[in-house]
Amino acid sequence: MAKVPINVKVNGVEHNVDIEPRLLLVHFLRENLRLTGTHIGCDTSHCGACTVVMDGRAIKSCTAFAVQADGRSIMTVEGLEQDGKLHPLQDGFFQEHGLQCGYCTPGMLMTGYVFLGTNNNPTEDEIRHAISGNLCRCTGYVNIVKAYQYAAQKMREGGAEDGAKNIA
Amino acid sequence: MIPRSFEYYSPRTLDEAVALLQKLGPEAKLLSGGQSLIPMMKLRLVSPEYIVDINRIPGLDYISESDGHLRIGALAREHQLESSEVVKTKFPLLADTAKVIADPLVRSQATVCGNLAHGDPANDHPATMLALGAKVIATGPQGQREIAIEDFFPGLFTTALEAEEILTEIKIPFPPPRSGGSYLKLERKVGDFATAGVAVQITLEDAETCTRAGIGLTNVGMTPIKAKQAEAFLTGKKLDEATIQQAAELAASESQPMDDIRGSADYKRDLVRVLTARALKHALDRAKGGA
Repeated sequence: MAKVPINVKVNGVEHNVDIEPRLLLVHFLRENLRLTGTHIGCDTSHCGACTVVMDGRAIKSCTAFAVQADGRSIMTVEGLEQDGKLHPLQDGFFQEHGLQCGYCTPGMLMTGYVFLGTNNNPTEDEIRHAISGNLCRCTGYVNIVKAYQYAAQKMREGGAEDGAKNIA
Repeated sequence: MIPRSFEYYSPRTLDEAVALLQKLGPEAKLLSGGQSLIPMMKLRLVSPEYIVDINRIPGLDYISESDGHLRIGALAREHQLESSEVVKTKFPLLADTAKVIADPLVRSQATVCGNLAHGDPANDHPATMLALGAKVIATGPQGQREIAIEDFFPGLFTTALEAEEILTEIKIPFPPPRSGGSYLKLERKVGDFATAGVAVQITLEDAETCTRAGIGLTNVGMTPIKAKQAEAFLTGKKLDEATIQQAAELAASESQPMDDIRGSADYKRDLVRVLTARALKHALDRAKGGA
């Protein structure tokens, strides 16, 4: 099948690539761009491990075609760290032990990036609602919630850029 | 999982999209949110030859109010319902529904119109729209036509849309004063389809007397079900406990569930009874001004 050209900005870097229309966004990121921080978990749109940010919305990259990202901006977990400094969410997962095996973590981080960008003072219920599409099989979510709360506090204190700033 | 190859089209106007559907014929599928279509393509349950991606058509992502109607454009995402003030205040039934569709990540892509156009009786908005008495606007080569929601689901995974038509808008009449709605869904876990779901929208004449009742049922039949007998039974009646229980039993008798991994048919039928009664009470509270 004929390839089509796309122009997509990933973590601020422009890429002009010819791809098959059926190529999934997650495969484009991992295999074409070698950005393997974005994980493939279930591959059936259930687990959220493949979550990336497209034009400000957290989406499952296993359930989007790369061609849909033509002309758009994508942010992956590799884009969170700025100038050698962890994003408050990354710091929160580190401080609060928000991961064990780490498989779900990139998705948890990207969901949190958009969520805390619109609500930097969430209740525990709001956090649990926000991460209900991201499955973790290790932690029982308690420390993930704490990590979000840690990050929210840091962001309220203004210690870092607010969420959603770098996306576009 | 990798879908079969397809040709990709990305029209920039509705006219262009309709012309493409005419030219490509029934082997073309529209892509909006893609949260049902793409998983089905990955599982190779469907393998369309052509994908017509409407995401780049400007001006279709609205949720607006005009002429006494709420209007939901083809590209309005489910998460927009969750954050819309008019939806939260005037259409709590829609706000309830948006919260329990799939999960937040899916809702940031999935469209409300797509939830209807997919024709899946397990989807949640069909029941909601049946309860609200919505109308669907289809745009095709001859222009626009309006389809009443109760005529929109003729069969399993089938809608009243012609192959060259696009569902461009859902139009919902603003409820009169003293109206209330509620959507209740039992799901095994977040992201699952409903074991059963019930959407209720009522309007009261005075403190308790019901002048209009809309009841839609999710995933208890080959199509979304409008519980017409229960609706007719409630109209003109005072909504006391006995009336609510009788209506709930009627709704249960109108459901046509099947045994599956989510439960037996009998269990689901009883679930419809319980959820209908609860949703009616919740809608009644809201119609009287409660939350």
